[in-house]
Amino acid sequence: MKQALYTIKSNRALTRDMYEMILEGDTSDMTAPGQFVNLRLDGFFLRRPISVCNQEGDTFTILYKVIGHGTEKMAQMKAGEVIDILTGLGNGYDTAKSGDAPLLVGGGAGVPPMYLLARRLIAEGKKVTVILGFNKAEEIFYREEFEAIGVKVLIATADGSVGVKGFVTDALADAGAYTYTYACGPEPMLKALYNATDVSGQYSFEERMGCGFGACMGCSCKTKYGNKRICRDGPVLTKEEIIW
Amino acid sequence: MNTKVTLTGVTLDNPVIPASGTFGYGYEYAELYDINVLGSLSFKGTTKDPRFGNPTPRIAECPAGMINAVGLQNPGVDAVIAEELPRLRSVFHKPIIANVGGFSIEEYVHCCEKPDKEDGVAILEVNISCPNVHSGGRNFGNAPETAAEVTRAVKAATKKPVYIKLSPNVTDIVSIAKACEEAGADGISMINTLLGMRIDLRRKKPIIANKMGGFSGDAIFPVAVRMIYQVYEAVKIPIIGIGGVSSAEDVIEMMLAGATAVQVGAANLVNPFACRDIVLDLPRAMEKYGIDDLTSIIGGAH
Repeated sequence: MKQALYTIKSNRALTRDMYEMILEGDTSDMTAPGQFVNLRLDGFFLRRPISVCNQEGDTFTILYKVIGHGTEKMAQMKAGEVIDILTGLGNGYDTAKSGDAPLLVGGGAGVPPMYLLARRLIAEGKKVTVILGFNKAEEIFYREEFEAIGVKVLIATADGSVGVKGFVTDALADAGAYTYTYACGPEPMLKALYNATDVSGQYSFEERMGCGFGACMGCSCKTKYGNKRICRDGPVLTKEEIIW
Repeated sequence: MNTKVTLTGVTLDNPVIPASGTFGYGYEYAELYDINVLGSLSFKGTTKDPRFGNPTPRIAECPAGMINAVGLQNPGVDAVIAEELPRLRSVFHKPIIANVGGFSIEEYVHCCEKPDKEDGVAILEVNISCPNVHSGGRNFGNAPETAAEVTRAVKAATKKPVYIKLSPNVTDIVSIAKACEEAGADGISMINTLLGMRIDLRRKKPIIANKMGGFSGDAIFPVAVRMIYQVYEAVKIPIIGIGGVSSAEDVIEMMLAGATAVQVGAANLVNPFACRDIVLDLPRAMEKYGIDDLTSIIGGAH
């Protein structure tokens, strides 16, 4: 973990409420895809934990959904502004387990970490398929970005306006054979995927956090391997250890 | 310039102590900085049996603070003595405050007897904001009689200084502090969190699964200062001040109210370097306010 100041390079809306912020600074503690950062915003007591969508050199990208006062404030921030951020938080995904043809599954605000994960897997020579789940066409983001790095992209929308009508699990049949799964999204999505496939995998969880670095025990969960802190021992759990 | 303070014969290099529950057993922070800059450290509240604590969500944000309902998650006193304490002592060589909780008098005694025998543990800090399972769940800290009962039982079973950590969720904290002093307490830690609640406007239900939780952070600082001021006038034993401390100025203010040392809680969760920053900033603040020796300002506002 590192605490440092990061400069906003760009901050733009991708959809009505999903934003992309690119930041520059010391990324040396970011060691794995699926990790998160914790942003301190003026006027708010707790930091905002947000997953890392991309990282290259000394810049990284976060995608965030505007849902409360904190993210509303973030959406108004401009290039050149500086934010105090804790980086390199959480365990992240282990790409060594992926096999040759991993399947990535991201739902809504769970899509962002799949991008850096896909980039790393592609760099390792893996054949990557991603299922992206959204409610409707207007909420789709990053489809082109995934396609541009050579990922096979399947879209599921709840209203059927794009791709398969239904949830991410309804697109599983189109994914072909896959060796492993990586998932991030709302808990009902993760649970549906868990039940829909026998293939092993790693699932990223979300929880309200106090500190984000393992001190306060605010985000504890029970697993088959004992109590874990989502922020520090997670957010990624293996499929085998999850207790629903 | 002297930052040393003494709690019942235990001299600390400075009065800054991370508060129980915001610092784990120290390791997360030891990875970030040399925690030996701290005066002491109050470790995570420890109970007789291992506890997972409350369901999540356990955390809710507030203006200038936060609510937590962790529910005393800890591995139990035996695991703390066997595993956590040796690990802590390998990186931390200053006096340690053992924070213990309990759900009966017997559990308090059990949880104090064990760390009482451990080298490195200098003070036993007894959290009496726990429900008494033998008395309809009423908190021990809610009445002078039960607070005194815990104090007497723990004092009879231990040798190290016993500090009773008081709940602010009472009508008259002074009477409870006096009852603890009369029952033999060596000191008072105050205040624990204030009971609070936030409601999610979308779900229209409390944010925290436990519904209520402990409100801490900057917002409670004036409440803590006021209560310390009142208790200082009523007791002779030292007070460890707790509640919303986040700067060297806050340390000085709380000591002027009557605290001999000060614990820093929620601030650690927002700025993991908060305690270190306060320690490093203390000499500057002391110089600014013309203070040569911190001990000389204890209770100075009276």
